[in-house]
Amino acid sequence: MTYHINYNFVWLYFDKFYWGLLLSLELAAISILIGAVGGLMLALVYVDGPRWARRLVAAYVEFIRNQPLLLLVYFVFYGVPTVGGFKYGPTVSFIITLSIYSAAYLVEIFRAGLDAVPKGQIDAGKAIGLTPRQRLLHVRLPTMFRVTLPALGNQFVSLFKDTSFAYVIAVPELTYAASWLGANKFRIFEGLSVAAPMYLVVCTIMFAILRRLERRYAVRR
Amino acid sequence: MEVALYSLPFLLKGAVVTLWVSAIVASCSLLLGVLLGTLACYAPAPIRWAITLYCDTVRGIPVPVLILTVYYAVPLLLGFPINNYADAILALTVFTTAQVTEIARGAIQSIHFGQIEAGKAIGLGFWPRVLYVVFPQAIRRFLPPWVNNLTDVVKGSALISLVGIVELMLQIKQVAGRIYVPMPVYIAGTIIYFLINYSLSSASRKLEGRFAHIRE
Repeated sequence: MTYHINYNFVWLYFDKFYWGLLLSLELAAISILIGAVGGLMLALVYVDGPRWARRLVAAYVEFIRNQPLLLLVYFVFYGVPTVGGFKYGPTVSFIITLSIYSAAYLVEIFRAGLDAVPKGQIDAGKAIGLTPRQRLLHVRLPTMFRVTLPALGNQFVSLFKDTSFAYVIAVPELTYAASWLGANKFRIFEGLSVAAPMYLVVCTIMFAILRRLERRYAVRR
Repeated sequence: MEVALYSLPFLLKGAVVTLWVSAIVASCSLLLGVLLGTLACYAPAPIRWAITLYCDTVRGIPVPVLILTVYYAVPLLLGFPINNYADAILALTVFTTAQVTEIARGAIQSIHFGQIEAGKAIGLGFWPRVLYVVFPQAIRRFLPPWVNNLTDVVKGSALISLVGIVELMLQIKQVAGRIYVPMPVYIAGTIIYFLINYSLSSASRKLEGRFAHIRE
């Protein structure tokens, strides 16, 4: 086998990698935003809601967490439109998938965070006459965010990595750039060997920023 | 319903491949991961750094990218093509071993230092200390997360469909593409994955419950 490693095409088409990386970051940011709002609401339903709602949330979490993301990506992109009677592009489809997926993981994190709020704080809120709504906004949620910060950060990094699944439905993110190079210029290995370090560097920077944030805000126990 | 029934034999055939691949990857990564995890605790510093570097690198690269990279890199490094099943399994093992290493390292490091000192005090050598004092306690902390990690192996095995191994994921995609009514096939597929992974994760929770009383 004679395969000569040649990076010329990678540098020629490097803008694909560059824009791909930006799109990956965007996808992760949008999905975690939607996922966090959804996950927080579901977690509140789980903690404060009636029993049937609690079961429903638990079923959703359990179901999504046991699926490979790849299957969910195909499911939403190829499966759902055939019965829904509507269409969406790959990017929208992937954002929906990743939001649903991340919400399932974030519910667990938020639920644990809400459980970790000391009972005394909530009682103190009651004692100074806060309504349940005020207690939630001013007592439970701020503490919950500080408790869950490390887990949230890790989840964000892991979601950023999960954006690489989008290439299977041709969302032009970073992994897609590598696979495009493979399909059109037969330089898949070169493409991947550039994309992988790019992911690695971004993840390492993210982890460093997160550690710093944690040192400032996280609750020490 | 009819469609789901038609697709079932294909999906089950795929599920068998998924389970086989997962079993091979799980056993290889168990051996390697426990070895590396132990070395990460007791080996000289350069070896420890190398293991940390390996784990952090794997953690910083998305799984699909990692699997594709290893898949295409192995024949290049060897200089000759190898069986694509072996190649895919190798790629998945590289990923899983890093996780198992972290689990094993965590389990070993969670054993209180006093236990090792007690071993020293009664005159045990290094290996007896590790084998008879640390490991029997560490295994209880290793097993629940490891069984839980098996779900990650099964989920990760869906990724080898990307390099053309016809396991459950690719069977689902192929059958769905063949009959133009994809939804029932996808639903059947999610159910199969759910059954496999749910049994694993509930086994993990059961194990955790069983070992819970040992925690200080």
